[in-house]
Amino acid sequence: MDKVMSNKRIIALYVLPSLLLILAIVYIPIVLTGYYGLNQWNGIGAMKFIGLDNYQALIKDKMFWNSAGHSLMLAVFSTLSLILYLVIAMVLSAKLKGVNFFRKIYLIPMLLSSVAIAQLWLKIYHPTNGILNSFLESIGFANPPAWLAESSLVLFALFIPILWQYAGFYILIYYAALKNIPASLEEAAKIDGANAFQIAYKIKLPLAMEVIKVTIVLAVVGSLKYFDLIYVMTDGGPNGSSEVMASYMYHQAFRAYDFGYGSAIGFFLLIICLIVTWIIRKLTATKDTIQYS
Amino acid sequence: MFKKKLTILLLTLCLAVVAAGCGQNSNNGGKEDSKNGANGSGSEKVTVNFMHLWPEGVSAGQNKIVNQIISEYQKENPNVTIKQEVLDNEQYKNKLKVLSASNQLPDVGVTWAAGFLQPYVEGKLFTPLDDLLSGNLNGKFVSGTTEAYAVDGKTYGLPLEFNISPVYYNKTLFEKYKLEVPQTYEQFKQVVKTLSENGVAPIALGNKDRWTGSLWYMYLADRFAGQEALSKAISGSGSFKDENLVKAASEVQSLVDSNAFVKGFNGLSNEEAKSEFLNSKAAMYMMGTWELPNFTTNEDIPKEFRDSVGFFKFPTVEGGKGDINSWVGGPGVGLFVSESSNVKAEAKAFVEYFVEKWGEQSVTGAGVIPATKVDTSKLELPQLYVDLFNEMNKASSITLFADVQMQANAAETHLNQIQALFGKAVTPEKFSEEHDAAISKGN
Repeated sequence: MDKVMSNKRIIALYVLPSLLLILAIVYIPIVLTGYYGLNQWNGIGAMKFIGLDNYQALIKDKMFWNSAGHSLMLAVFSTLSLILYLVIAMVLSAKLKGVNFFRKIYLIPMLLSSVAIAQLWLKIYHPTNGILNSFLESIGFANPPAWLAESSLVLFALFIPILWQYAGFYILIYYAALKNIPASLEEAAKIDGANAFQIAYKIKLPLAMEVIKVTIVLAVVGSLKYFDLIYVMTDGGPNGSSEVMASYMYHQAFRAYDFGYGSAIGFFLLIICLIVTWIIRKLTATKDTIQYS
Repeated sequence: MFKKKLTILLLTLCLAVVAAGCGQNSNNGGKEDSKNGANGSGSEKVTVNFMHLWPEGVSAGQNKIVNQIISEYQKENPNVTIKQEVLDNEQYKNKLKVLSASNQLPDVGVTWAAGFLQPYVEGKLFTPLDDLLSGNLNGKFVSGTTEAYAVDGKTYGLPLEFNISPVYYNKTLFEKYKLEVPQTYEQFKQVVKTLSENGVAPIALGNKDRWTGSLWYMYLADRFAGQEALSKAISGSGSFKDENLVKAASEVQSLVDSNAFVKGFNGLSNEEAKSEFLNSKAAMYMMGTWELPNFTTNEDIPKEFRDSVGFFKFPTVEGGKGDINSWVGGPGVGLFVSESSNVKAEAKAFVEYFVEKWGEQSVTGAGVIPATKVDTSKLELPQLYVDLFNEMNKASSITLFADVQMQANAAETHLNQIQALFGKAVTPEKFSEEHDAAISKGN
């Protein structure tokens, strides 16, 4: 078998089908999207080549930058919430009673589909019948806000279910990383008189750093291209106050029939994601990685 | 060496299985086609692909009628098989766009009028259906319905439904607070005030969908500025900066200020708002006549509620130019035939048959108002339906829904501005400016 695996032709034969598939359904569409972005096209009739006009319009489009700002805010919030997830994972990885139960509780939102979560939270946020406002009224708030209808609140109201949805995912990753740290290190530290906080900060955190870097990239890029919950819950409204880059792209392409412009936004979004990923990798690069040994 | 051969063998086997799997599928497809066609007499077997948006779960009444018409048609034309593809409204719109980009439209499909239709016509994707209009269907349509499907003098779709939008109200709630149906806008505002003071939401409005708010603006615009000024502004020959149109926009905001609409309306979908009306938590609800089945025949809604629904025409404004018999509405969906269809003649024949049968069956079967003329005197129909049907015949003018009438880009601006206007994020002046700018830009 080893011989077979070292044969270059066989390797190519194994890799080729999936490579072709990925080319056909991922990379070729990316190139095409970039090309469509150079055209004026309503998605139906003939395309008209207009060069970089769409991209120039994009730079000047206030609505786009507005939605980009919202995406950026989501990225900041999801990165900050990683700290909370890490703390939870540290608690869960400690040998405490009942931890198993909590581990499952946190994972459940991850198993639900986005649309189901959206429907659930729509009910929670319902201005008159929702659990949230009923609760607020019962404890004395006479006139609680209509969360999804107020331009100043809607974005934060959306962040909560989004962060809640992904909490389990990140906690799981952190949990696995922390469990990977040899128990002997912790025991040695304890013998040396380190308290729980010192163990977490000086031992667990540095050893989980590689994983943390990956989750930062995942959280930031995931936030920049986020779409589904927002689409179902507010559709970018009211009046664009919860519009993010991906939903703006959808509206331009599928509602305003401007496929050329929509494609330009999509391609721009891809470039932004690539740049951000690169920056994060650069910023968090460390020369010598710590080994468990 | 032996192992290497084994691996290659296994791999080939895998590929073969995959390939066979693909082959199997296409074989099955072929078999089905020939099986369906086998019922035919000697003539050539034809399959007409028909894509529509009446899934059983959402539009049960319509779905039943469609299936009925298709099976009747197939019985009468044994050589024709109608193959259905059913999608939900929003998915339908998206799929239609994707299919047209690759020029693979179904032979027969559902389309909307005016602004929606235009890009498809410009892309030469729909075929003109004027020959059908001068044939069997000559004179069968309610006047003003096919016009919305015409571009440059040719008709590219045949409408199935015709809608107007009344204000439905809950008679029980009105009686409880001793309210009368408002004739003038002043009375209407008084009704709103009384309801609001008694803790009842006056109007159910789900403005997350945006076109719902557009209806309210359009009526106010019509009553203040008159139908002509509104139509001109929408078509671009007039302006939204017309004094009366601006007044209508500011009136929307004063309605919002007087708590006329349910709480959080800008974040509620039309369905959510409707349920407020259905639960008697809101007293009024403005919606197209396509909602009629819910207030007349739909068994899922308590009879007690259905009996308590009445309607009134949008009241007139003192000093306004609008007339009480002027409506906002227009033809609903229609059928198109694809220009690139291989079976155009059969598809057209099916459309002709479908439109005619739909007219007869949709009245009793689904309770929607068809675009073709129907003699309702012989049918036993719910009073609400008959009353609205008669109102439609008395209409002095019917202004097509603004978002349908405008081109896609301008429509998108209009809808966003509506949400902003209701949310008080723009001034009425800015609202008008944005409209004029979007309409003059075209698509």
